[in-house]
Amino acid sequence: MQQENQLQEMILSVAKILIDELRIEDVTPETFDPDINLVDEVGIDSMDLATVALVLQDEYRITIDEEDYPKLQSIRLIAEYILELLAMEA
Amino acid sequence: MKTVSSLLDQEWFARYQTISKLNIRSSIYDVTNRCNLRCKGCFFFSSGEDHAAKEEMDPEKWARFIDSEKERGVNLAILIGGEPTLCLDRVEMFNNRMPSYCATNGLIKVPRDRFPDMIVGISLWGDETDEKTLRGKDTFAVSSRNYEGDPYAYYLYTITPKQIGKTEQIIKKIRDIGLKVHMQLLSNDEAVDGFFWKKDELEGICAEMDAMLDAYPDTVISSKYYHKIITTGKMLGRSFGWAECPSVTESLDNRNPQPKRLIHFIRWASDLKTTHRCCTSATRDCSTCKDGAAHMSWVMVNKRAHMRSTEDLQNWIEVYEMFAKLYKFIPW
Ligand code: SF4
Ligand code: SF4
Repeated sequence: MQQENQLQEMILSVAKILIDELRIEDVTPETFDPDINLVDEVGIDSMDLATVALVLQDEYRITIDEEDYPKLQSIRLIAEYILELLAMEA
Repeated sequence: MKTVSSLLDQEWFARYQTISKLNIRSSIYDVTNRCNLRCKGCFFFSSGEDHAAKEEMDPEKWARFIDSEKERGVNLAILIGGEPTLCLDRVEMFNNRMPSYCATNGLIKVPRDRFPDMIVGISLWGDETDEKTLRGKDTFAVSSRNYEGDPYAYYLYTITPKQIGKTEQIIKKIRDIGLKVHMQLLSNDEAVDGFFWKKDELEGICAEMDAMLDAYPDTVISSKYYHKIITTGKMLGRSFGWAECPSVTESLDNRNPQPKRLIHFIRWASDLKTTHRCCTSATRDCSTCKDGAAHMSWVMVNKRAHMRSTEDLQNWIEVYEMFAKLYKFIPW
């Protein structure tokens, strides 16, 4: 249960960063579908991902390997990826 | 929130998905400082870039350098110069390590036994008269013999103001030898008299390029949106120039705010240490720059800005496809 809450919180936080950094319109962290494909559907490219990755790195004090970008296809996948990194560091 | 699939029908969405997976990371390399021509308006010689760095002559250093570029994530080497075919061993080192594109004036044939499917872009600056005026030679007479029917070569036709009304004869010549052609505009870096673009000429050549694409779709690799952008310098109400240019060497890019740009893009000099400001001459005035690749990349890096409407996104897809075709990431 606690893990599920953590994931939900992380999903909202990643969604907020995406919306703010990439100025995505007509959506809120709550309405942003966490499973929508960011590349195929939202039109995010590798520079967008790099921008978001920088902010996430600062926010969570983690290092996101550029080679992992192709894995980060949805908000849920990004959130899970961050939680995994944080768990490894803990 | 607008999504890609809400803007596109199935056919366009499939085209979008093909290119959105490509993730092309290009950089440009001056393979040599030497050339077997000296064209008036050549940005390399006119800006003194041939003296900017001493050419590295040690093949092992080239090999190590190319390996480190690959490590850096580059997956498309754009080889320019000078004339790269004067140093085919270096070209081969690139081509053996990563997808490579060789720009050439076509006077020396790239031997296909060593480079079976490397993409070769042959420069052409107009008809016989313009070629003789600007390049001292009718290069087409030689390059067409060297590359007739070659499935991995195309002409990069630099259109000058003097070519208005004459592009069709060039396109036909190219079609008749079984090659493709991509069109771009002369930036006239050496201020050759009579070769500056005037506004009405730019409008005229835009219409002419559109007509060529309509009339010769199997020969011309282009897109009408690209024609509009290189002739107007405008995209989605924004103006091309230094503040927007995507093709600036990453390590020299101190612009603030940073525009959308090519990730990890560097243009390297032939000493393998010096970097140039951008994909073309550092002495060029950005406000009049007509560089075709920079304009094309400008569209490509601004994908989400093109998600305003179906038409905008389709325009973006066509430009991206054009780029991917020119470097054979997708078939012609
Ligand atoms: S062939 Fe190319 S590199 Fe050589 S002088 Fe002409 S434009 Fe410059
Ligand atoms: S000269 Fe052209 S390609 Fe170079 S930085 Fe200026 S606008 Fe960009």
